[in-house]
Amino acid sequence: MDKKEKKNIEKDEEINVEEKTNPEEIEQDRKIVVPGEVIESGSDFLPGEGTRREGKEIVSMRFGLLDMNDKLIKVIPLSGAYVPRPGNVVIGHVYDMTFNGWLIDIASPFNSFLSAMEVGRFVNKNDLSETLNFRDIVVAKIKDIKSRGIDLTMRERGLKRLEGGMLIRINSAKVPRVIGKAGSMVSMLKQETGTNIIVGQNGIIWIGAEDVENELLAKKAIEFIANKPFIHGLTELVKKFLEDEKKKMKITIKPIGPTTEEN
Amino acid sequence: METSELTKQRIEELLEKGKRLDDRGINDFRDLEIEFEISNKAEGSALVKLGDTQVIAGIKMGIMTPFGDSPDEGVLMVGAELSPLASDRFEMGPPQIESIELARIIDRGIRESHCIDMKKLCITPGEKVWCIYVDLYILNADGNLIDAGNLAAVAALNTAVFPKLDEENKILFGEFTKERFPMKSMPITVTSYKIDSKFLIDPVQQEEDCAKARVSVNMVFGEEEYIHAMQKAGVEALTEEQIVEVMEESSKQGRKLYNAVQAIVNKYNGSKK
Amino acid sequence: MTPKTTKRPDGRANDELREMKAKTGIVKNADGSAMFSFGNTVAIAAVYGPRKLLPQHLQNPEKGKLRCYYDLASFSVTERKKPGPSRRSSEISFVTGKALEPVIRLDNYPNTVIDVYILVLQADASTRCAGINAAAMALANAGIPMDEMVTSVSIGKMGDIIVADLTKEEEDFTIEKNGKEEKAATDIPIAVLSRSKKISLLQLDGKCTKEDVKEAVQLAKKVSSKINQVQMEALKKVK
Repeated sequence: MDKKEKKNIEKDEEINVEEKTNPEEIEQDRKIVVPGEVIESGSDFLPGEGTRREGKEIVSMRFGLLDMNDKLIKVIPLSGAYVPRPGNVVIGHVYDMTFNGWLIDIASPFNSFLSAMEVGRFVNKNDLSETLNFRDIVVAKIKDIKSRGIDLTMRERGLKRLEGGMLIRINSAKVPRVIGKAGSMVSMLKQETGTNIIVGQNGIIWIGAEDVENELLAKKAIEFIANKPFIHGLTELVKKFLEDEKKKMKITIKPIGPTTEEN
Repeated sequence: METSELTKQRIEELLEKGKRLDDRGINDFRDLEIEFEISNKAEGSALVKLGDTQVIAGIKMGIMTPFGDSPDEGVLMVGAELSPLASDRFEMGPPQIESIELARIIDRGIRESHCIDMKKLCITPGEKVWCIYVDLYILNADGNLIDAGNLAAVAALNTAVFPKLDEENKILFGEFTKERFPMKSMPITVTSYKIDSKFLIDPVQQEEDCAKARVSVNMVFGEEEYIHAMQKAGVEALTEEQIVEVMEESSKQGRKLYNAVQAIVNKYNGSKK
Repeated sequence: MTPKTTKRPDGRANDELREMKAKTGIVKNADGSAMFSFGNTVAIAAVYGPRKLLPQHLQNPEKGKLRCYYDLASFSVTERKKPGPSRRSSEISFVTGKALEPVIRLDNYPNTVIDVYILVLQADASTRCAGINAAAMALANAGIPMDEMVTSVSIGKMGDIIVADLTKEEEDFTIEKNGKEEKAATDIPIAVLSRSKKISLLQLDGKCTKEDVKEAVQLAKKVSSKINQVQMEALKKVK
């Protein structure tokens, strides 16, 4: 396991996973590479994720941003289907039930199962729908990935069935930007839009507020972030964007403090 | 992605206040763009963009024996394909009822409005008439395919030209005249979607997912205004008042849309003179 | 050896491709999409997946599946093409999939499917090649791990010359022989992997010598980098 991944898993202790590195810095002046493109030649560098060594050359194996750090070359995806990892917090909906748990659609091609043992409270085994029903939305964590599928858990603080609010979906590759360095972007968004936001690493994001207009404002800001090609100076751009939108939508934000359900 | 129940509830709440996900009013169309000459092999072609919904209509001409009951009239065929290229909701295979319905609604609007002078599509009465094929391809589906599809079809028909014929009245494929189709009017379809107790037009996919009923109204706007085709669909039944309300609003919004499309088509045709 | 006498109708050099255009991100709903054109031949491709392969009995726990669908829009050709698959389009879909599969790491995605939909909007020969070029771009755009890109071009023998990127007119090239017009063009669609220069598609119909085929393959390899350049530039133009 590389260093970055370890960091990620530690950070998953909290609901909104924080990025230690600043995505704005990573993407700054980064080169975009495509499959088959030669990135480096010689033995000074090591091929990391998304690359391979071929003789003397390190070749890209996917379309994405080039990341060269400590002689390790990686390609950070800009697009693509969500690749589940243990420890990821994801949002999904119940699409089927078995005798001992629920199947959750987390926008991944692999089956995801939430066992009745993993919801962290009493479950009436005779009627699982009392706990979670079809189409219910949950925020859960990936406990394990096995060949037959993904095991989810809700046995941690903050993992729960979601009520109210709205869901939006962005490409999972854009999730780090929405979270920002040490969660800075998502904190700012919450503050500035008066909403609660839970970012699933599968790209599904829940936005909740008392007033649906605040949710809409947050939705727009997140889509703004996701649609930017590069994120050079993004925090400032987003602040400006929010100011303009607030004027347009004629809404003022009553900041809502950290809620008990969230912390 | 399926639209979640949570989001559906929010869409309904917003609508109660007369608002929508994307800042539009309930009777506003998304921005309309039309591109022409999608294929230089087609007699006419148009790509209509209504927000993220994109539909291409392509026109091909053929020659056939007329039908017995209309020996001096041309023939119109409208087809639509909901290709899985355009959305993960569409599947490969024989045409589904959704694509058949889409093609039929558009076909009826064009046919019943008599916007094409079918008599002028006759080459030899009882023997040879022109057949106009209008084929719709969805490039990206984000709601309201009926109105977008109709716009693409009429934009293509109003900018199309006849192919050349040889001495034996056979089509010289790939060679075109400058003669435009005998178009008399431009039918416009406006479809209203019923969400909870309110109607809105031009829904995005998420809004369309909330709708329990829809009514399409196909109209021609001139000095007088007529309805030429309608289609009520969806699981909910409507009251007489609701149908009247839908017609009134369709007429208002349809006229605006008609003016917008007419201007785009005229500009294109003007540039080709 | 006698000097070559045939001239290309549009005056191109024998190894000269038509103007190429490419763009990504044209189908918003798709995971990846692209347009690629050779002159008047325009193809678009959209990629969905990897996604769950259903029904379940089709799933392979060892590797994912790649499915390709090639289709001509009814109005892409001079005489209307009846919508829906034909024997021709089914075969092209099949060979297109096999042209792309060698570069895709399908073992990363067991039990899943990657669907590639190709639609030709305007046809002036080489449609399967334009389709493959668009599809390779759409796959990359969809973030699918690939060893390298796939490039494709139709090489032709026209009279006594071997040329790159045939047009419809060149495909229909005839010469007069014994007072009769005789077909004198051979179409050889070839796909070349961008880096290893291996061949992943090779079809031929017409009449050629072994030497001709050798020359055609060499020409395809030679122009492959030009096609790849266009693909790369379009992919890097991130909106």
